Amino acid sequence: MMGRTIFIDPGRCIGCQACVSACRECDSHRGKSMIHLDYTDEGQSVASLPTVCMHCEDPVAPCAEVCPADAILVTADGVVQQADTTRCIGCANCVNACPFGVPKIDLGAKLQMKCNLCYDRTAYGLAPMCATVCPTGALFYGTVEELQAERPGVQVADTFVFGSTEVRTGVAMVVPADKVQWPVPGGLPVVEINGKDVRR
Amino acid sequence: MPADQWHADQDGETLVPTHCCFCGVQCGMYLRVDRGGKVFGVEPRNHDINRMRLCPKGINAYQQVNHPDRLTAPLMRRSRDEEFAEVSWDEALDFTVSEIRRIQEMYGKDAFGLLGGASLFSEKTYLVGKFARVALKTKHVDYNGRLCMVSAAGANKLAFGIDRAGNPFSDILLTDCLLIAGSNVGECFPVLTQYVWGARDRGASLIVVDPRETAVARTADIHVALKPGTDSAFFNSLLCVIVEEGLADEAYLAEHTTGWEEVKAKALEYPPSRAAQICGVPAEQIFQVARTFARAPKAMAWHARGIEHHSQGVENCLTVINLCAATGHIGKPGAGYGTLTGQGNGQGGREHGQKADLLPGGRSILNEEHRRQICEIWGIEESELPTAGTSMMEMVWQMQRREIRGLIGICNNPFVSLPNYRVVKEGYDATEFHAQFDFFLSETAANAHVVFPVTTWAEDDGVMANAEARVVKHNKAQEPPPGVRTDTWVMCELARRLGAGDKFAFADSREVFEELRTASRGTVIDYYGITYERLEETGGIAWPCPSTDHPGTPRLFEDGRTYHEDGRIHLQAVEWHLPMDPYSDEFPMSLTTGRTVAHFLSGNQTRRLGALVEQTPRPWAEVHPSHGFRTGEPVRVVTRRGSEVFPALVTEAIRPDTVFLPYHWPVPTAANALTIDALDPRSKIPEYKVCACRIEHASELDTVPSPPVAPGHVAYPETQVSRTDPLPPTSPQGRGTSERS
Ligand code: SF4
Ligand code: SF4
Repeated sequence: MMGRTIFIDPGRCIGCQACVSACRECDSHRGKSMIHLDYTDEGQSVASLPTVCMHCEDPVAPCAEVCPADAILVTADGVVQQADTTRCIGCANCVNACPFGVPKIDLGAKLQMKCNLCYDRTAYGLAPMCATVCPTGALFYGTVEELQAERPGVQVADTFVFGSTEVRTGVAMVVPADKVQWPVPGGLPVVEINGKDVRR
Repeated sequence: MPADQWHADQDGETLVPTHCCFCGVQCGMYLRVDRGGKVFGVEPRNHDINRMRLCPKGINAYQQVNHPDRLTAPLMRRSRDEEFAEVSWDEALDFTVSEIRRIQEMYGKDAFGLLGGASLFSEKTYLVGKFARVALKTKHVDYNGRLCMVSAAGANKLAFGIDRAGNPFSDILLTDCLLIAGSNVGECFPVLTQYVWGARDRGASLIVVDPRETAVARTADIHVALKPGTDSAFFNSLLCVIVEEGLADEAYLAEHTTGWEEVKAKALEYPPSRAAQICGVPAEQIFQVARTFARAPKAMAWHARGIEHHSQGVENCLTVINLCAATGHIGKPGAGYGTLTGQGNGQGGREHGQKADLLPGGRSILNEEHRRQICEIWGIEESELPTAGTSMMEMVWQMQRREIRGLIGICNNPFVSLPNYRVVKEGYDATEFHAQFDFFLSETAANAHVVFPVTTWAEDDGVMANAEARVVKHNKAQEPPPGVRTDTWVMCELARRLGAGDKFAFADSREVFEELRTASRGTVIDYYGITYERLEETGGIAWPCPSTDHPGTPRLFEDGRTYHEDGRIHLQAVEWHLPMDPYSDEFPMSLTTGRTVAHFLSGNQTRRLGALVEQTPRPWAEVHPSHGFRTGEPVRVVTRRGSEVFPALVTEAIRPDTVFLPYHWPVPTAANALTIDALDPRSKIPEYKVCACRIEHASELDTVPSPPVAPGHVAYPETQVSRTDPLPPTSPQGRGTSERS
């Protein structure tokens, strides 16, 4: 399966936002975090879930696909890079195309910014900042074998469904064992558009 | 290239290995230092405490080092009606010394007090104790660790004859049943969570006892959401089940303990049916917890302020010890007990004489033999050594009564951290002279006559002992900014001017540490075998460590013996009693307080760091949906001490009869304006974790004040950004970052 990548295990997340703070320390976008931390069940529970760039593989990263300026490069090892500053025109197409809501636009600078899997660190064999510091291992960087050696029996999924579209990603989710056969739902099914039930 | 050293030498940058300045986990980290010798970043460090992990406080800590709010010149004023002026070191020191002399000549030596802090390096806490007794010659010295874990310390001392956790963190990974009582591990000790999850991966059961459903409680096998202030009834009841179901380890008890019969008789008075009523939890849960804990091959109990911040804090901790002892879960890999220290040096801060009743090495100031030993090391007559003083809160009461007329505070911020703010303010206002050491102008320093600008943890060497009693070394990463001196220098200089210079001829931390090692030699808290070189080599050594070839003692009681002369655990029977602030029709609910992951203690440090302010800009009141509030609506929290208005954070993760407030902010949004200054009679810890309250609808929120800054400085804009935002964070851990560009 996949090589070294990030595994997300929401069951471990304590919502501390160390990942968010660490992401700000990354030399390639210092001062800004590219991680979203969502509290999924506000008012009921303290459950939380980090979203990092999923580095989509198949179909080729939607953000890169829609970029009119060819600013988003995908490296040979599957890392979807943040937009090349000499090419990006700040049009925000990528923001709209990403099924996970990852890229951000710096409106002032008219530049896109997104997680590039800490390419400046991973190129040296280091883990990305977020997964390095995450106190709980909710973000884990390594191979699936390394993950399973540390957490025996754990299962992962790297396929998400959005309606009828399946997206296979470079970053994987840790899922409960009995769910691993199926893709993880990536979004709520669309049932209504402009007040019309579109299921029929 | 080692995985965590990639940055070294890139562009002349260096990495200085050190530890986080904040909590008792003491995560290893590197500070990134630029070519000009300035700290500008952090890099995770593969230290065996944290294995690269850091929490948001640890990641942002470096930003305080060269923060624009740093104090860089002594501030002085002759009366509180005047404004501060920046003065020379000589002027500030001379004024301080003349005020000390004046007050002590007029009202006696003990009219001057000293309050230290448990975020100081151990060398400095040693100096605080020595400075008070040898230079000031006052008995009135205490420290803010008094607000932290003295209840656990007291209980451990009573039961085991030693004041520290029994097991290292790594034992958590080996246990089969982990009981966490009164500790929001996910937010207060985030990096420890990896050990908790590691235990869970191995199949250990997780039991969490907490009125709130915290991030760790959410995943627990059993979450006991008991009513604040009922812990000892609960733990007694567990013992009752254990006794009645024959689950006690009678052989262990007979061989290793005293007092079991009394403990057993008392426990039987708390059958689950009764405890369930007191604690407001299902009796079934009590059976479940008792059986799970007792039947586990190896079980551990870890606790923190949740059970310690009570008027029966010591007793609560004793009931946990009773539970571990009764089931034989002591002194084995994966079996034992631990206390989670709030402050970085909460453990080390009390070991070497900063506490009112203690001399270095944990010696008692009332013990003839101990006094003689220390006087010999310090080179003073025994008649010159004062006796025991009073605790931090009691000193404030004495200030209020004008029994203590002058005060020096080092590294503490009682205006935010002590309960019942009104009394604290009155106490401090009543002093004729007050000086404070700090690197930011804290709320307390802003009320002083003299403020000494001192170093951060990154500008000096020193050791701290973490929650495992593992001594770790912090290394100096940069020179202090011009105008800033080390606390060691200031104390030694004051001592010199007070005529005790020969006893304080320390050039640096290393020289103080050498004296501390010797002063602790032969005591229970033996540091003699610990040297700076060994600490650098090993990454930390747990005391006792009596000789330089001794490996240290990560786990206690492995030979089955405690530190009492008879080698036994002295069990103590405990009777539960109601909290000190009585419930009534007017005040029917419990108010409880605690921390949030983004902030540290009184917030003097973290409320100035942009990322942390943005994550949690303001306090809130956590209330259950049954009260009819919506999230963000103003809710007035009223206690017998006053009332304040917070935005509501409505959540089912809290008991309907309980309100939670995080305590890191000053008035008018200070939880501690509402909490009660009742103390545990033995440990003198305040009862922060429960007082009677009620909640009401309100129309306007109280605003969060900016942290004070020195005259001439402008409030750092980054910290102002979101403070005006009236909304609470979306979750106790902070604001979600759901803005999607
Ligand atoms: S650092 Fe880890 S535990 Fe903390 S919020 Fe991020 S993913 Fe969750
Ligand atoms: S867990 Fe404690 S020691 Fe570790 S980074 Fe956070 S505050 Fe610092």
